[in-house]
Amino acid sequence: MPKVTLSHFEAALLFALFTSIVLGVVTKKTDRDRLMYGFKSFGYFVLALFGLGWLMYFGHG
Amino acid sequence: MSDSVAAVKRPSVPLIRWVPVVALAWILPGGAHFLLKRTGRAILISSAVTLTFLLGIMMRGAMFQPMTGDLLTTIIYCGGFIGDMASGLLYLFTVWLGYEQPEIAGHVHDYGTKFLVGAGLMNVLAMVDAYEIVAGRKA
Repeated sequence: MPKVTLSHFEAALLFALFTSIVLGVVTKKTDRDRLMYGFKSFGYFVLALFGLGWLMYFGHG
Repeated sequence: MSDSVAAVKRPSVPLIRWVPVVALAWILPGGAHFLLKRTGRAILISSAVTLTFLLGIMMRGAMFQPMTGDLLTTIIYCGGFIGDMASGLLYLFTVWLGYEQPEIAGHVHDYGTKFLVGAGLMNVLAMVDAYEIVAGRKA
């Protein structure tokens, strides 16, 4: 199995993508709601990613 | 009040109907959805869980071994072990084929470990979803 090296951002983004897909699929009852929830969930992941990134940046001084 | 009474009185699904489906969902991520003819959702679940797991392996993530000690150690290691195992065949094949990765410092390995557990937890969500479909609570 080849070894991959991803940056923090790439790894977190991929994790957010796959998790959002599954959350979207299993959470809602109609396909439209699933799609919307998947996008919303991904958006929140990315928002949290940038938010925590800046928080750590300023936290380190 | 009446809602909670109705919820309690909801007829339970016979074991013979849901156990094989949930077991298939555990063994083969997305398999239960295929069986229940939810092909689109099956493909999405199967791809997401499998790719997350494979990325975890390619990042050389460590598999958790159950370990007890203080409360936090027990929760992390036993919970992590259950999370790893929840990937079903992906986990079993990986262990049978001799994958063994010691815990190494570094963000890539760390992410790999989280991807492996994350894949299992996603599969747990898929198992619950499959159960709800069998129980008739979801389309």
